[in-house]
Amino acid sequence: MAHTAVHQASRGQTAAHAHAAEHHDQEGLKILGFWIFLVTDCLLFGTLFAAYVVLRTHTDGGPNGKELFEVPGFVAETFILLTSSFTSGLAALAMNQGKRNQLLGWLAVTALLGACFVGFEVSEFAKMAGEGATISRSAFLSAFFTLVGTHGLHVSLGLVWMTAIMLQLRRRGITAVTRRKVFVISLYWHFLDAVWIFLFTVVYLMGVM
Amino acid sequence: MANAHAHAHAAVHHEPKRYTGLMDWLTTVDHKKIGILYLIAGGFFFLIGGLEAILIRTQLMYPDQKIFVGDTFNQLTTMHGTTMIFFAAMPLLFAFMNAVVPLQIGARDVAFPFVNALGFWLFFAGGVLMNTSWFLGGAPDAGWTAYAPLSSIIDPDGKFHGVDFYVLGLQIAGIGTLIGGINFLVTIINMRAPGMTFMRMPLFTWTVFVTSILITFAFPAITVALIELMFDRLFHGAFFEASRGGNNVLWEHLFWIFGHPEVYILIMPAFGIISEVVSTFSKKRLFGYSSMVFATVLIGFLSFMVWVHHMFTTGIGAVGNSIFAIATMAIAVPTGVKIFNWLFTLWGGNIRFTVANLFATAFIPTFVMGGVTGVMLAVPAADFQYHDTYFVVAHFHYVIVGGLILSVFAGLYYWWPKMFGRMLSEGLGKVHFWLFFIGFHLTFFPQHFLGLMGLPRRYFTYMPGFGLETGNFISTIGAFLQGLGMIVFLINIIVTARKQKDAGNDPWDGFTLEWTIPSPAPEYNFKQTPLVRGLDAFWKEKMAGNKEMTPAEPIGPIHMPSPSILPFVMSLGLFISGYGFIYHHYIVSGAGLVITIISMFLRSLFDDHGWHIEPEELEEHKGGKA
Repeated sequence: MAHTAVHQASRGQTAAHAHAAEHHDQEGLKILGFWIFLVTDCLLFGTLFAAYVVLRTHTDGGPNGKELFEVPGFVAETFILLTSSFTSGLAALAMNQGKRNQLLGWLAVTALLGACFVGFEVSEFAKMAGEGATISRSAFLSAFFTLVGTHGLHVSLGLVWMTAIMLQLRRRGITAVTRRKVFVISLYWHFLDAVWIFLFTVVYLMGVM
Repeated sequence: MANAHAHAHAAVHHEPKRYTGLMDWLTTVDHKKIGILYLIAGGFFFLIGGLEAILIRTQLMYPDQKIFVGDTFNQLTTMHGTTMIFFAAMPLLFAFMNAVVPLQIGARDVAFPFVNALGFWLFFAGGVLMNTSWFLGGAPDAGWTAYAPLSSIIDPDGKFHGVDFYVLGLQIAGIGTLIGGINFLVTIINMRAPGMTFMRMPLFTWTVFVTSILITFAFPAITVALIELMFDRLFHGAFFEASRGGNNVLWEHLFWIFGHPEVYILIMPAFGIISEVVSTFSKKRLFGYSSMVFATVLIGFLSFMVWVHHMFTTGIGAVGNSIFAIATMAIAVPTGVKIFNWLFTLWGGNIRFTVANLFATAFIPTFVMGGVTGVMLAVPAADFQYHDTYFVVAHFHYVIVGGLILSVFAGLYYWWPKMFGRMLSEGLGKVHFWLFFIGFHLTFFPQHFLGLMGLPRRYFTYMPGFGLETGNFISTIGAFLQGLGMIVFLINIIVTARKQKDAGNDPWDGFTLEWTIPSPAPEYNFKQTPLVRGLDAFWKEKMAGNKEMTPAEPIGPIHMPSPSILPFVMSLGLFISGYGFIYHHYIVSGAGLVITIISMFLRSLFDDHGWHIEPEELEEHKGGKA
């Protein structure tokens, strides 16, 4: 609230009050904007899924999902990502209780789990590529790498973003602005989790069936 | 004394960063300035696209000419289409959205001024990137629709990168449009002045609202399509490569799932402009406002149900084609509602044929002609005959030039005083109108018949002796007349820019909120947020005998967002990274992306507290005006 305080000193009670209200509105707007962004992201994944479903059997004699996907690997990824969604929920809970350090702690756990997930995915991709199952091998693999890779890229960007928010929380504590930022990243994180449920089902489970 | 005090602390505590000159334009987050930037950039690309059109028509003026043949001709048609749709029509509409919507809803800015600036710079970066291809080995040449596998052919020598420019240019510009759409949605949902319910919004705002929804839902499809084409081209992917299991019809679907809503994204705001202009210059409120809103929303909804009518000849089958044919014809119903509402608005009105209204009234029959050929094309059996002929070219130029561009001109003459504080010359405007209007019909009317006689689109020549000479010759003359019209318009702009500011608050006796404030609008738009007491808020007050709006708040300090160079830097990063991808220098791509991500990081880390304009300064502004 440091900056509200500056205004209070400079312009007196009423103006600062009006200013705080303005600020509150602005945070609400940003959350709505982010919801609409998630709509577009949802459509982005929807389109990628559509392309994948069209091309999933088009292996051109190359490896198919059954040969490539390893059950323990993707099950582990699933558990890690679902757990990270839970811990990001715990972070939001800590934020609502005003416990900054606990909030930072749970965000750190979330980010760590996210990093593990990305690590698993990178090693899965590397292994596949090593076996000759690259993006150029078949239309199925092009669609697979693009769909799963887009999700992985989202998670990776989320990690960078989460780090930025943790830095701000350390510096400024829980304010209206950082509160909104934590809220938005946890929305994003849960969204990626929901997308993964579909990836898990449509790509991996149906792939090994 | 009080004044001096306020200034002293304005300097100490608020420290508004104010830039001048070029830096002001590079860092602005003011929707009015961003509107002007969109207008200049979109206008520039419109001139380039127009020049390409004139070159195309020059080649086709006589049979068997050899001025621009083969690849060069393909590059001209591809760049003409792509430039006009993505880098001229879209930004020109965004210019109006920025210049007008916040004023019409009584807001001080858009919801996200920073994002607004970012949207502009991304569009501009994409447009410049694509157009530099002319100097870097050749422009894209696979048609504006870039159908695979034609578009996924790679030059084995690695010299010609045409389609790569298309892919990356559109991708970067597309992100800009997408965030622009989100921004206007949030703005219109949240920032309307007190009392302005949804059913009291001016029709232009309504159409922008629906267009923003369409942008939000349609652009992700082209994003994915472009990613897939990019992977096929750059990383040897197999999405559209039949020999490795790919499916090139997938591109057509993804392109048109985006592409059809896109034409409605373009035409919706045009409908809005016509509604505003026609009612203002008939001195009558818009006939059938609620049916107009309903028709707008319905067209927006149906626009997602018709994309296959671009693909009737692909071989989807009778059932699929029939469903999409019926959905397509259904769009004629709400569109017809609109046409009749405009006619009934004019009916019995006190009509003033200003240049804006000339363009608007010329729009109505012209657009109907485009609509009629649209219904003809919606019949699949007949479409097999029309497909890929000049009949199709004539049809979409009637709806896009005859629809969209005529209404853009109507909007320019109408809102120019509000944007720049100066009235465009009506005399030169009339010359512009008649040259452009006659030129337009001369260009495209004969193309219907050329198409029916079998002239295929995209061919660079035709043979003598098939009855195609006269139509093509007339068409080329028409294109030259349109070019002359544009020159007259440019002269009009220059003449207008050189004279004193002469526009009052309300030069046209308007109905809506933008006419209640000075021309051009001050930085903060409204000194006091107006209270809206009905549809056509200003007209309502005028009828009640009031000279201005009732304010909804006392005069107070106004919060303003700070200018920032970051939107420009973020876009520059993607621009650089685009070249890295095109030339397979992935270090350059990486560096560009790092610039963008660091800028995003900085944006997140350092909050923008903005600054305040104090009430004393507001008075001063007012004093300065008078």
